[in-house]
Amino acid sequence: MKRTVFPGRILPYLLVAPQVAVTIVFFFWPAGKSLYLSVFKSPPFGGRDIFVGIDNFVALLSDGDYYASVVNSFVFAGGVTVLSVAGGLVVSVLANQKIRGLGFYRTALLWPYGIAPAVAGIIFLFIFHPAYGVLPYALSFVTAYEFNWLLKGWIAMTLVIVATSWTQLGYNIAFFLAGLQAIPTSVMEAASVDGAGPIRKFTAIIVPMISPVTFYLVVVNMVFAFFSAFGVIHAVTQGGPGNATTIMVFKLWKDGFIGLNLGSSAAQSVILMAVVIGMTMLQFRFAEKRVTY
Amino acid sequence: MKAFVPLGRSLAVLLGAVLLLALPGRAHAKTEVHFWHAMTGALAEALETQVKQFNDSQNDYEVKPVRKGSYAETLTAAIAAYRQKNPPHIVQVFDVGTQTMMLSGAVYPVWELMRDNEIKIDWNDFIKPVVGYYTKDGKLYSMPYNSSTPIFYYNKDAFKKAGLDPEKPPRTWPEVESFSKKIIAAGATKCGFSTGWPSWTMVENMHATHDQPFASKHNGFDAVEGVELLINGEFGLKHIGALNAWQKDNVFSYGGRTGTADPKFVNGDCAMYIQSSALISGFAKSIKFDWGTGELPHWGAPYKKATSIIGGATLWVLKGKPAPEYKGVARFLEYLAKPEQQMWWHVNTGYLAVSNTAVRNLEQGYHFVKNPKQYTAFAQLTGLPPTPPAALKDRKAAPPKPERVATPNSSGLRLGNFVQIRDVIEGELENIYGGKKSVKQGLDEAVAKSNALLKEFAATYKQ
Repeated sequence: MKRTVFPGRILPYLLVAPQVAVTIVFFFWPAGKSLYLSVFKSPPFGGRDIFVGIDNFVALLSDGDYYASVVNSFVFAGGVTVLSVAGGLVVSVLANQKIRGLGFYRTALLWPYGIAPAVAGIIFLFIFHPAYGVLPYALSFVTAYEFNWLLKGWIAMTLVIVATSWTQLGYNIAFFLAGLQAIPTSVMEAASVDGAGPIRKFTAIIVPMISPVTFYLVVVNMVFAFFSAFGVIHAVTQGGPGNATTIMVFKLWKDGFIGLNLGSSAAQSVILMAVVIGMTMLQFRFAEKRVTY
Repeated sequence: MKAFVPLGRSLAVLLGAVLLLALPGRAHAKTEVHFWHAMTGALAEALETQVKQFNDSQNDYEVKPVRKGSYAETLTAAIAAYRQKNPPHIVQVFDVGTQTMMLSGAVYPVWELMRDNEIKIDWNDFIKPVVGYYTKDGKLYSMPYNSSTPIFYYNKDAFKKAGLDPEKPPRTWPEVESFSKKIIAAGATKCGFSTGWPSWTMVENMHATHDQPFASKHNGFDAVEGVELLINGEFGLKHIGALNAWQKDNVFSYGGRTGTADPKFVNGDCAMYIQSSALISGFAKSIKFDWGTGELPHWGAPYKKATSIIGGATLWVLKGKPAPEYKGVARFLEYLAKPEQQMWWHVNTGYLAVSNTAVRNLEQGYHFVKNPKQYTAFAQLTGLPPTPPAALKDRKAAPPKPERVATPNSSGLRLGNFVQIRDVIEGELENIYGGKKSVKQGLDEAVAKSNALLKEFAATYKQ
């Protein structure tokens, strides 16, 4: 292979400059600002910042509520990732069959992704609300058990996981469908000739062949659930009951934007950043080994 | 190309002439006053109408109302704007933000604004519990605007069905319990009562109306440092314990934070409801059955019967604008303080008219006799009996005697980090009602967490 060598020293720097500028302005500068804020206590209106060193972090790490939000985050992110990736895979395999109206199904399956998380939250709110929801009303004829997520934490958590997974489903299906189409038909036909049933074909051919897509989706869904899955929780449970659905990013927002405690909020975002970077690195280090490209 | 040059030049001349003509007009333009608020729906329309009335009433100032979302979002937006040195002149801030605003150093206190602009307003004419909430060292910091207090709503049809007198709402908690049981037994509704804003109605106002301290140092009025919550005392345990126990028989049914429980009452699931008095006009539109209002239930002796505390928001003036523009702000606030504007605002929104003159004028105009529901909140805040009195001019008997006392415990709350404290209290109430914690555990935990927040606040503002 021939290496391209740029004449002079300035041109290459100039060419990468826009990318570097974007990274600095949109990634390093805000991240640096968070890091800076995290070691201060400052009144909301500003005026004076009191340097407190690692006090904000110490306060968080000695706060039971904060640990609870970390646990909630893992439960939530795990639930969303498993449900939306596994669900997405199953649905895509089904949508990859030769059936009538395929084009329509494939398009329709992408719709949920076009719905903003906050709107999805509102839709689920209308379906599940104990006071005016359709489903609790219907269930009240079947069972006396009250599915009141206003008071029962595990029901609330299940609800936000299902709602968030649903919004992610379309995105995952799009990628899985693309991955499935890329599997050569010759391989599938050979398997059929060898007498493999649908389940055997799924486990022995489809799963390994699309493992790069699965790996990508697991990382993306995990990061999404940790960082951005805010709309659904904000719209449906507001982090309640108690703090049962307060995940790290929701607590960060609540303490920063509602509670106006900027120092603690910044410290939380630094920790969240570290957690997500760490997890992504772990995934690349260990899970990627099992991926066949 | 050449042919176009004269055209270009003549265009430029024309443009210049237009600009010149326009300039004198701009010099005479009204000074703009930016007003950020958090009202929605019919309330936002009322606010805009009132602002327009002010704009039309004079030629020097133009108040521009801008909706910034929820109360919390409006405050966050104002803070961001202030930090970027471009704040609005006026921002509407909810009751729980009071301490944060007072200590912010970003505020042009209303008393100072009025003094500097030589405008005299008789603040003594204003209802005490309202101005008291926003007064420090005898000086008013923000302009009372939309104030309300929690009151008791009940379904008269359900009362009739259960054989209860529809004109007699319960006045004590034991009555609420026995009425609920009768109503449920008669099959009129599924549950007895629910509430909106759990901390405000069931913790803050219950402590106030029973003359019990909510927090130390006079509910935070006396100091910033060393304030602690006192809601896990004997009274708190008794009241929350009763609510928790009542869930079993559906006497009480929890419906979530803020106003999410409203449908329980509006749909006829619960026969009684405790919510802000500002919902009267909304309920009047959405409720299909016959309903009435009453005062907040009381536990009786040995507790004193005290006035309730307000909620809602006030208008804060922010520093950082050119001095002459504040004249317009002062004129606008002066306009809002006028009795006729107070009356207009009350009639069109259901929020309280906060000057005594306005209330007397409303009485004179038979407003309360015609709209007795609108009187409940005034009675509860001033301590008078809940039945509206006859208009002054028709009154033969002596004026009614107060039934409730105003005490330091009932004159408001001034806590730092109050938004988070409310969140903590409501979270722990959910843990209690959901059976995750005992009443004592939950309230102790709420106090411990709130005290940490209060300490944190004091540390941020330490001199």
